[in-house]
Amino acid sequence: MTKEELIQPENIVSRKPRLLNDETMHYCPGCSHGMVHKLVAEVIEEMGIEGDTIGICPVGCAVFAYRYIDIDWIEAAHGRAPAIASALNRMWPQHLVFTYQGDGDLACIGTAETIHALNRGENFTVIFINNAIYGMTGGQMAPTTLLGMKTSTCPYGRQPDLHGYPLQITQIAASLQGTCYVTRQAVHNVAAIHRAKKALRKAFENSLKRRGTSFVEIVSTCNAGWKMSPEKANEWMEENLFKTYPLGDLKDIEE
Amino acid sequence: MNQANMEEEIMLMKGNEAVAHAAIRCGCDGFFGYPITPQSEILETLSIEKPWETTGMVVLQAESELASINMVYGGGASGKRVMTSSSSPGVALMQEGITYMAGAEIPGLIVNVQRGGPGLGTIQPSQSDYNQATRGGGNGDYNTIVLAPATVQEMADFVDLAFTLAFQYRTPVMMLSDGAIGQMMEKVKLPAPKPRLTREQIEERYPWAASGRRGGQNPRVLTSLDLDPAVMEQHNLHLQRKYAEIEAKEVRFEELMCEDADIVIVAFGSAARICRKAMEDARQRGIRVGMLRPITLWPFPTQEIQRLSETCQRFLCVEINAGQMLYDIRQAVNGKRPVDFYGRCGGMMPTPEEVLTCLTNIKD
Ligand SMILES: Cc1ncc(C[n+]2csc(CCOP(=O)(O)OP(=O)(O)O)c2C)c(N)n1
Repeated sequence: MTKEELIQPENIVSRKPRLLNDETMHYCPGCSHGMVHKLVAEVIEEMGIEGDTIGICPVGCAVFAYRYIDIDWIEAAHGRAPAIASALNRMWPQHLVFTYQGDGDLACIGTAETIHALNRGENFTVIFINNAIYGMTGGQMAPTTLLGMKTSTCPYGRQPDLHGYPLQITQIAASLQGTCYVTRQAVHNVAAIHRAKKALRKAFENSLKRRGTSFVEIVSTCNAGWKMSPEKANEWMEENLFKTYPLGDLKDIEE
Repeated sequence: MNQANMEEEIMLMKGNEAVAHAAIRCGCDGFFGYPITPQSEILETLSIEKPWETTGMVVLQAESELASINMVYGGGASGKRVMTSSSSPGVALMQEGITYMAGAEIPGLIVNVQRGGPGLGTIQPSQSDYNQATRGGGNGDYNTIVLAPATVQEMADFVDLAFTLAFQYRTPVMMLSDGAIGQMMEKVKLPAPKPRLTREQIEERYPWAASGRRGGQNPRVLTSLDLDPAVMEQHNLHLQRKYAEIEAKEVRFEELMCEDADIVIVAFGSAARICRKAMEDARQRGIRVGMLRPITLWPFPTQEIQRLSETCQRFLCVEINAGQMLYDIRQAVNGKRPVDFYGRCGGMMPTPEEVLTCLTNIKD
């Protein structure tokens, strides 16, 4: 069978969402950002809300998210996405507003903005990509770096006496009265991808229903920063990251 | 206050309160701020007035000035008239957001009711943020339009003017006031209210704004980033052309008795009020003094100062700082005439008597 014969509508098992454009992504092969982008585009498309959606990009590897998903975007300064989203959510109360942030952006330089937006119960969704490292700047220690994990600024491994402990920002998020839904997901296999997509949909629906802040952490790989093959990075994530950051819902006010 | 039956009104109030009332009346969509003396009455007045129940204007006490300015960045990026206010230490913290606004060409209003510095300084009036305000203040090559009110009336009037300029040029605008004008009470005429823009109006007037691409427009992206230096240089040149246009069209100043003046005082804001009294006293003593009051500090009335240097003998720059605008005047005068300086700093104000002594000494 030739390629042309194979590419027929009846043979399609998975298709790229329309909102995900044809721009070549700058993400490294094996990085979780690409998959999460696809899910975000799919959910917005399925909900039919692209005309009333504004996304906020972080400073970090996802700084160029605006190149790939065809919605309106505002590029934030490092860590300030939740403040921007707070204003937008109040300016456009009927819109879906979401931030898309890495661990350094959300849980280090922007911790104050994150906690206060969540505590006010701002009606937007936070998508939190936790890869336990600073990807964009070349693999430095993040607030979520595991104890013992090596990065370029803790080359002998993270030590509590020198660097403190992995920050459990998602637990903090769950403890705040303003959040309505706090969940931790991953996209390392098909089942996980399905669950992550459901979580995103639930979060977006909560935001549109103005229930408070929804917080979706995606425990993610950074195989380039971790210096591992994509396959090995997935294994390492399951063995190590999931222990400190176990998957599942931390809070769901519906339940 | 019911918007429907609000008309033009004359009231007695503080400069800070006037900013709040003017914001509600000029169709402002949102205020985001953090308390700091001597400007807290702006947020307090808005909180008392509850405009969210009348015009729908959002009022939010943010967790910091960093958050406030980024809220302004977000609101402005979506085509809304949004503002913040603070005083010097808070405005220092806002510089990150202001440079991002300049880079991404996002309109918005920042009110700085200055106090003495450096550091935590004092809570008394000062003009020592002149350099920061007129040179951009944050990283990168940019300018913000800077309006310097000298009266409570101007604090009110400049709110709408600032928004008009901010949207016309897609740039942040700063109102550089100080603790004296912010705190003093004067008669002020508040304008009849203007309605806030609807989504349709915003989308029609500001097609660049991120409001959701409901109409099927191309996705809008508000960003100050481009990793390609050649592209970034083009963007910088575009900004520079815009700044040149602002410099050509938006210079504002007030001139008093300059026609026959031997000495021209150059002073803005509170200092100009003090100098006006000194000028009148000097005239009574037969010293021919005039005054130029820059209203826009950037763009600066360079050409007007050049013109005056043809007719006057010398200039006296009076500021409530250690001498900052002084260098803009000297640059304009370009050595043609002497430029003297008198200033007080750290929260102390010059008195008309001190300025008069200066004028008398110069004259002799
Ligand atoms: C104010 C400021 N400080 C530092 C930086 C440099 N910087 C860019 S991205 C980044 C870290 C990003 O890490 P993270 O948020 O974990 O996202 P990732 O790249 O891993 O997706 C840093 C420190 C910056 N751009 N701005």
